[in-house]
Amino acid sequence: MDLTYTEEEEGFRARLRSWLALSLPKLPPKPDPLDWPGRRSYDTAWQRMLYDAGYAGLHWPVDAGGQGATPTQHLIYLEETERAGAPYVGANFVGLLHAGPTVAAEGTAEQRARWLPPVLRGDEVWCQGFSEPDAGSDLASLRTKAVRDGDSYVVTGSKIWTSHAEVADWCELLVRTDPQAPRHRGISWLAMPMDAPGVTVRPLRTLAGSAEFAEMFLDEVRVPVANRVGEENDGWRVTMVTLSFERGTAFVGEVVACRRTLGELARRARRNGHWDDPVLRRRLGRLNAEFRALWRLTQWNVSEAQNAGGVPGTGGSVFKLRYSHARQELYDTAAEVLGPDAMDLDEEWTGDRLSSLSYTIAAGTSQIQQNIVAERILGLPKGRRWTSG
Amino acid sequence: MDFRLTDDQRALRSGVRELLAGRFGRDALRAAVDREGTVDRELWRELGAAGFFALRLPEEEGGAGLGLPEAVLLFEEAGRALLNGPLVATHLAAGRLPGAADGTQVVTCGTQLRGLIPHFTDADAAVVIDGAGMRIRYPKDLPHARQFRSMDPLTPLHRIPDGPMVPPRPDAILLTAAEQLGSAARTTEMAVQYAKEREQFGQPIGGFQAVKHLCAQMLVRTEVARAAVYAAAVTEEFTEIAGAKLLADEAAVQGARDCLQVFGGMGFTWEADVHLHLKRAWLREQMWLTAAESEEIQAEALASAL
Ligand SMILES: Cc1cc2nc3c(=O)[nH]c(=O)nc-3n(C[C@H](O)[C@H](O)[C@H](O)COP(=O)(O)OP(=O)(O)OC[C@H]3O[C@@H](n4cnc5c(N)ncnc54)[C@H](O)[C@@H]3O)c2cc1C
Repeated sequence: MDLTYTEEEEGFRARLRSWLALSLPKLPPKPDPLDWPGRRSYDTAWQRMLYDAGYAGLHWPVDAGGQGATPTQHLIYLEETERAGAPYVGANFVGLLHAGPTVAAEGTAEQRARWLPPVLRGDEVWCQGFSEPDAGSDLASLRTKAVRDGDSYVVTGSKIWTSHAEVADWCELLVRTDPQAPRHRGISWLAMPMDAPGVTVRPLRTLAGSAEFAEMFLDEVRVPVANRVGEENDGWRVTMVTLSFERGTAFVGEVVACRRTLGELARRARRNGHWDDPVLRRRLGRLNAEFRALWRLTQWNVSEAQNAGGVPGTGGSVFKLRYSHARQELYDTAAEVLGPDAMDLDEEWTGDRLSSLSYTIAAGTSQIQQNIVAERILGLPKGRRWTSG
Repeated sequence: MDFRLTDDQRALRSGVRELLAGRFGRDALRAAVDREGTVDRELWRELGAAGFFALRLPEEEGGAGLGLPEAVLLFEEAGRALLNGPLVATHLAAGRLPGAADGTQVVTCGTQLRGLIPHFTDADAAVVIDGAGMRIRYPKDLPHARQFRSMDPLTPLHRIPDGPMVPPRPDAILLTAAEQLGSAARTTEMAVQYAKEREQFGQPIGGFQAVKHLCAQMLVRTEVARAAVYAAAVTEEFTEIAGAKLLADEAAVQGARDCLQVFGGMGFTWEADVHLHLKRAWLREQMWLTAAESEEIQAEALASAL
């Protein structure tokens, strides 16, 4: 049990910290959180700066153009960028955190050469086209079909909840290539260009008021067969690779942000007198213990991952379950601290409170995560109908 | 940074687990219940010989010279096995009170539970342990102690009306949290095992989601508490220790409750061990630091960081 960082790791931290201090002032002003085109250019500009400084794809393997950093270095990166107030991956989320790593792990040499460098440079943005109106938690029931026609698949169907689809260049798309096969066996993973004829994106307004995700209608969209990652009908296995990346690393940096918010809440509560309310004070105290423990759990998971060659383990589900609820509790408590000001949509914590509602749904609902923990970690019998692959 | 257990720590843990499985298995546990929780002196000496109490004493003083992380692993195992007796008090007295280190003396402590003293009749010495140090008192110095019927069948309790109020000692808090962690891990295991075996509606109850989700939450609480307890053992920071106690208390108490629920009617019987875990978890929850106190400490830390 060693929580001290090695000299090398501290050296990495120090270099990163001074680079951040020099570079962050060069960023344009932060866009409105509801303005996705604005966020795309802001986030990709940041990605370009990372690329130029040799920090792009820090945790990606070197042969994929990444820096081959250890999970611990990645942790330090997330800690330091958050502390410095640097942008989070944002619009680059899918490309950097799961489509890219999936292509790196499962793609051919040509596919890696075509798709990975633009992601790292911030030139191209990806989105994730997995969910469908009738296939959310039950992802394997997806129906969007792809029929082979010469060198192309002709794709027809619809997708939903596609985050920042409006500003994306590519979509990691799951399609059914064999309608006769058992549900998990007839799926393929395609990279679809978002400007292909037949792709219609219709923004959906979220409860937070933003157009952060969209519906996608695919009407005979031609996608080259060469854009398929993995074998035909082997897409479910590829998807499991994608999801392990998604759940393993997605929320780590945010824990640091939550701890900072907690400190700001305490400050605000002291100013407006709420601090004298023992119930509220104790609630803030409990959250302090909670987020501190979540940070320790992150370090634990990272240590385990480091040992397993960087592959995130099932610890991600345990973390996500607890974190998503703790985050909601944090912003509910913020609303108590704010009092009637919590009704002001321009109050930052009000927006955060609204968006925190998605945490127990997106990337696998809490119920699905509990199924995963129960079946894959605890070894309880599989449910009769629900299968997670 | 490598937060995982070292090989030595893993070996220590499995050694203690084996020792306790052999010496304090189910039969010994139930025998302890039958004799109302009184300390098994022979076992106490064996624990002493195994280094349970002297673990953190320097080697010159006959100890193992190990640290708080190792002690935490030991007490976690004690919590799993529901080992009874004033373990934390005797461990803290080692090196200061003759006979504590080798387990020839049973040392209890009158400050861990406000106004109560556990294992009073058994104890050779009753100490007062606070953040600063330890004062030795003997049972005869506490003439007003009155026994009452303890809710935990493994922990006899006396009331001491004029019990001293002293600030808690951090390592005592953490070792108690480690016992809670062990208990939480054990009740999770018991629930999972039962859920795999017990059949209703023609299938193991663990196939039902309502049961699965109870079990998953038990694991989540345990793992969060584990990260907190282990980290606090490494940093030895007071706020972190207090936070670890808070989360470990929750994991142990709620874990035992959920385990009882998974066991159904069987869980409500004296025969099932679940109630023993729950009652001890409730007791430890009151020891050294309550949830309210811990939360205030956390809040204070937030405020003073401003
Ligand atoms: C902000 C946000 C962003 C998203 N971004 C994307 C994206 O970019 N790309 C993408 O493909 N998807 C995205 N999603 C979709 C997301 O993955 C799904 O919403 C999620 O998997 C749940 O599916 P669903 O909405 O169809 O709910 P349903 O599956 O219909 O679930 C409804 C309720 O039933 C419960 N339920 C369902 N099945 C079970 C079961 N077996 N056991 C117990 N309870 C069950 C669920 O827990 C939930 O409470 C996003 C969602 C949100 C909220």
